Amino acid sequence: MNKASERPNRPALSLYVPEPPARPGDEVDFSHIEIPAAGSVRRPDVAAPASDTHELVYSLVRVLDDDGRAVGPWDPKLDPGTLRRILRDMMLVRVFDDRMYRAQRQGKTSFYMKCTGEEAIAVAGAHALDRDDMCFPTYRQQGLLVARDYPLVQMMCQIYSNRGDALKGRQLPIMYASNAHGFFTISGNLATQFPQAVGWAMASAIRGDSRIAAGYIGDGSTAEGDFHAACTFAGVYRAPVVLNVVNNQWAISTFCGIAGGELTTFAARAVGYGIAGLRVDGNDALAVYAATRWAADRARSNLGPTLIEFFTYRVEGHSTSDDPSVYRPQNAGAAWPLGDPVARLRQHLVALGEWDDERHQAQLDQLDAEVRAAQKEAEKLGTLQSDPYLNIASMFEDVFEELPWHLREQQAQAIAEGEAKRR
Amino acid sequence: MSVMNMIQALNSAHHVMMERNPETVVLGEDIGYFGGVFRVTEGLQKKFGKERAFDSPISENGIVAIAVGMAAYGLRPVAEIQFADYIYPGFDQIVSEAAKMRYRSAGEWHLPMVIRTPYGGGIFGGQTHSQSPEALFTHIAGIKTVIPSNPYDAKGLLIAAIEDNDPVVFFEPKRIYNGPFDGFYERPVTPWAKHPAAEVPDGHYTVPLGKAAVVREGEAITILAYGTMVHVALATAAAEGIDAEVIDLRTLVPVDIETIEASVRKTGRCLIVHEATRTSGFGAELAALVQERCFYHLEAPVTRVTGWDTPYPHSMEWAYFPGPVRLGLALKKALED
Repeated sequence: MNKASERPNRPALSLYVPEPPARPGDEVDFSHIEIPAAGSVRRPDVAAPASDTHELVYSLVRVLDDDGRAVGPWDPKLDPGTLRRILRDMMLVRVFDDRMYRAQRQGKTSFYMKCTGEEAIAVAGAHALDRDDMCFPTYRQQGLLVARDYPLVQMMCQIYSNRGDALKGRQLPIMYASNAHGFFTISGNLATQFPQAVGWAMASAIRGDSRIAAGYIGDGSTAEGDFHAACTFAGVYRAPVVLNVVNNQWAISTFCGIAGGELTTFAARAVGYGIAGLRVDGNDALAVYAATRWAADRARSNLGPTLIEFFTYRVEGHSTSDDPSVYRPQNAGAAWPLGDPVARLRQHLVALGEWDDERHQAQLDQLDAEVRAAQKEAEKLGTLQSDPYLNIASMFEDVFEELPWHLREQQAQAIAEGEAKRR
Repeated sequence: MSVMNMIQALNSAHHVMMERNPETVVLGEDIGYFGGVFRVTEGLQKKFGKERAFDSPISENGIVAIAVGMAAYGLRPVAEIQFADYIYPGFDQIVSEAAKMRYRSAGEWHLPMVIRTPYGGGIFGGQTHSQSPEALFTHIAGIKTVIPSNPYDAKGLLIAAIEDNDPVVFFEPKRIYNGPFDGFYERPVTPWAKHPAAEVPDGHYTVPLGKAAVVREGEAITILAYGTMVHVALATAAAEGIDAEVIDLRTLVPVDIETIEASVRKTGRCLIVHEATRTSGFGAELAALVQERCFYHLEAPVTRVTGWDTPYPHSMEWAYFPGPVRLGLALKKALED
């Protein structure tokens, strides 16, 4: 190995390892984040060539201004009923997250993941998509299920791995699956769903269907090869898919700079693939809705995929197994300069005269009661702690359509083992 | 009925299934306009259109992931990985996704998809065009692993694999695409045309997954083989004048344990032969199964004849390949024990 001393005429090389602007004990520092004024980014025609979006990938599509007004060309001009529904769904997600987080802390399940601060991305996105478009989510888009009226009790039964768990106690809590709700089965292997969404979309195109797919991925897992495969195939075959990067700045303890976030934006990846790209304020429900709708309309018109970066912040820990205070400043989420998605939509509705504090509190109380009632129902079917899903024979089902001999033998053995334990 | 080599038989399986089943689509590198580097997909794009038979980017993880998404939609994709040696970038999508989809979603989704890939050596392909990675897949719960050894089985098994509602990894022994190479590499290979299994029905038929074939009956010893090694086993037994019973497994998972057990109980001896490296090869699983289930019928230790635990060397291919000399010596030893 050559040492620096052997070549004194050359400078010694050094390795650059990115560091976030602030660590525990430091002041929260978001000074590096540029925030263009709401309404300042132009809105290309849905049928515009992909290249027409490429200057937008360094900007930020925003609709709601600081006073809660919807401004500029991206204003989706939603009716108050839809706005209230989006607000309600976001509030419900938050109430649900809080209840389930608490249930995990009480030992009723092993694991939970909140999406605090990111509610608008899934909820407003779901309302901008058609009900039967297929979503390929990560573990932080529970808002898709809520917005599509998936029963809360069913979600909880999955979280508890109890007798009512539709997934038969097999999956880590929050890894829901529902074909009927267009919510693809969640994988713990990151990024795998992104090219699968493209494959689903290509199949839809092959069959002359009108449904599109929406894939979700985090900033950290854009570093996986699957992200590259997804963008390549989506671009090459003009797949009818919306590719959403949820940039919440953190992959467990690793800031987005380690995924390349210091060098350029995640939306800018679109430029290299020649596909449409948008960078969107993920805490602005109207911007999320408008961008998703723009991309969905484009996909549905055979104009190909759009890569959308939703710029947001993971307010809480990665999961119940994580303590963010050991790697980033306390209360960083509260200082996020793009605010809170629920508060911002609430402010907008109030500004429109379509909402007030009293109604907000009443809705919060009602959602809280709804979630508590659902929890009561779910717990009648057990929790992981008290009465989990236990059906040894079922453990061997669904490996294949039919049980081959070796699984039949193992099933019999496991059942006998269970009986031996009981004796 | 037509006389076909393995490539033609596999091609015919594609044509039959694309004709019968509009959900069947084919993707892979060079498989479209060109018809595949081994010509297995020839004519598909012309006949069924670009939407149903198309060239993919050089992205094995993409190919598998796209097939997963398509199968989740409800299509029956047949994905070609150009060489089994290239399948590793797609491994995560096979192991973590395809294999587990039905289970993790409790049946909300299942994946009727086939991953076809030519494997094995004997073609001077060097390290990266000669591997036999089947055991990596037999170890994965939720994947079926199929390996044909002749044109009739190749077509029938591929149709069965496409019609199967679970993911199948379908390994094609490329050394015998054009003729039943028997390991005697200095002799010319007889073309398939002279082999009875080259008589292939033109239309639809299946060879069921999970069923082995007794390709030679015998009393002295049971040889368990698949792919190219079936022909090496037959030729070696004949050359050595050994009354071996040769079983062509055809499907590795689920393996046909009944046929194996019945044969070993009859002969009392068992030799397993595969081209793949030895350690943790599928032979290890077979040896364990045989001793677990036939121990009191065995008159000699279960023996493995395999490739060496090295990468596949280019110029020393025939020193690597488990051919008639290695197999013949092992057979004689197994009979003496």
